[in-house]
Amino acid sequence: MKVLIAKPGLDGHDRGAKVVAHALRDAGFEVVYSGLKRTPEEIVAEAIQEDVDVVGLSVLSGAHLLLARRVVDALRAQDAADIAVVVGGIIPPRDVEALKQLGVRHVFPMGTPLPEIVKALKKEPQR
Amino acid sequence: MKEINAHAGFPIAPVYGPEDVAGVDFARDIGRPGEYPYTRGIHKHMYRERVWTMRQYVGFGTPGETNARFKYLMAHGQDALNVAFDLPTQLGLDSDDPKAEGEVGRVGMAVDTLADMEEAFAGIPLDRVSVSLTINGMAAPITAMYYAVAEKQGVAADRVVTTPQNDILKEFIARGTWIYPVDPSLRLVADLIEFSARQYPRSNPVSVCGYHIREAGCTTAQEMAYGLAIAAAYVELMLARGMAVDDFAPRISFNFTAWGKIFEEVAKFRAGRRLYARMLRERFRAANPKSWMFRSLIGGGGSAFAVQEPENNIVRGAYIALAAALSGAQTMALPTYDEAYTIPSSKAQLIALRTMQICAEESGAADTVDPLAGSYYVEALTSAMEKQIEQELASVERMGGIVEAVRSGAIQAEVARQAYLFEQKVLSGEIPRVAVNCHVGEAAAEADRDVELYAFDEKAHAAQLAKLARIRAQRDGAAVQAALRRVGDAARGRENLMYPILEAVKAYASLGEIAQAMREVFGEHKEAVKL
Repeated sequence: MKVLIAKPGLDGHDRGAKVVAHALRDAGFEVVYSGLKRTPEEIVAEAIQEDVDVVGLSVLSGAHLLLARRVVDALRAQDAADIAVVVGGIIPPRDVEALKQLGVRHVFPMGTPLPEIVKALKKEPQR
Repeated sequence: MKEINAHAGFPIAPVYGPEDVAGVDFARDIGRPGEYPYTRGIHKHMYRERVWTMRQYVGFGTPGETNARFKYLMAHGQDALNVAFDLPTQLGLDSDDPKAEGEVGRVGMAVDTLADMEEAFAGIPLDRVSVSLTINGMAAPITAMYYAVAEKQGVAADRVVTTPQNDILKEFIARGTWIYPVDPSLRLVADLIEFSARQYPRSNPVSVCGYHIREAGCTTAQEMAYGLAIAAAYVELMLARGMAVDDFAPRISFNFTAWGKIFEEVAKFRAGRRLYARMLRERFRAANPKSWMFRSLIGGGGSAFAVQEPENNIVRGAYIALAAALSGAQTMALPTYDEAYTIPSSKAQLIALRTMQICAEESGAADTVDPLAGSYYVEALTSAMEKQIEQELASVERMGGIVEAVRSGAIQAEVARQAYLFEQKVLSGEIPRVAVNCHVGEAAAEADRDVELYAFDEKAHAAQLAKLARIRAQRDGAAVQAALRRVGDAARGRENLMYPILEAVKAYASLGEIAQAMREVFGEHKEAVKL
């Protein structure tokens, strides 16, 4: 399983993204980290180029609905909708369902234990 | 017996006694409050003369909405402001920039032109209220706007008290709002310090932040060490420009966090003050005692708080306030209990302000200076922290110094490594967190749903766009273009950028336009992505 952990938008808080990346790597995933301030298009291009199974978006600025939609749409447009999208960060409870409606497979709000994230991603199908 | 370690890494003994402080020389290491090396605090009588400034971090939506929240907090006894800007503003993008979509007014207020800063501070007397501006990559133009607003209010330059954060090195390490490559970014920091030192003598043109690096995951000792290393880098930058240390060092300020173990935090600040005083006096040869003083905002950190049973965060905030008071804070700010969910509601902000006021007025923590001095434990801990901070400073040197460590990404990687270690300790239970990894109750899930959350006003973006369009239509376009050309010319040369930036700001050039004029010359920073 290969995962791209990505920071879309302008948010510069990368503690959570890096911690999750480390945890996934320790759990046996192959992990790529995008670095900060990537556009949805850049993230999708990297996901396809790296041939990942999952894209994990980390957003703490409140712009998660818009950014997740952009990434999901761009994956569809690139015929890569089988890459699963998951989202973590500061996600108010009311937005969890809205993200899932957009096609996000899992939402991991602040406070989600790392083993829970690892377990959920292990269940995702490999492409 | 269970082994217990400080967050800095060294073990904590179950009992301390005289033998643990045998190496401490009272006159050399501790001294009296208000005297070198300021271990006990930078003022003789501390809070008996003036309690800490209370300065909640506030800003959201439009400048008008933020202005109303400022006035709400001031009406409840907050005596100073700390402005939060949205991400487009922090990154030099106008609200109508396609990259700004979805982020306008989200994590702070949107600022496009001087008109926004005028609105944000309307009815707030800038000769009487001190204002922190949490702005870094764009510190020069935003502070220029602030100076211009003060001037329009008729406030004399020597009455303006503002603290732009202006600490770009910690942005490269932790907070991520960098724009330009390291060297031109440092030049902007220095331009603002130099300009302010000459024109605005009561301004604090840099606030060196260990805070965000700790929030990103480093240890207590690293927080202080990295902060001291960054401060030293700025001092060297100004000395290289030919300024005398005592011409700018008295206005250097700090921003640190105090969450975690109360006594360790107190020891961190006591050791930090001592190390900073020695560094400025012995290494940089500062002669003015004000140059030796580590003046700090001490506050919370959202990472102290938990998403589970969020009301418990109010209690955690009270302990942070106590730690900050016992640490000798000049200014205090607390995170709000709802921060793991969204930006603060006005109710949560008021509770945070009340927490600080209760600490100041009711708890007795402000009754006497440095009340923990002389405790076997706290003095031993202060010495242990000092040693640990010195070791961390040495490791920064091994990375090639703080600027090189930032450029290579080595320090970012170390902070991320520590963040992961911390998380593992929370998972193992070595670092206990109530209702997170111990005493987990069934009520948790219910309580989470009951938090009253701030709701983002989607209309804020449209209002901001309309205002920007109106300003662009009304201003003198030729004057704006001429001013922007001068910003570009200055960026290519060595002139202090604050002068042409101030001119551009007063012509109502937008922040995005000013940022772009410099971007064309400086280029953009390329992050060294390391895990």
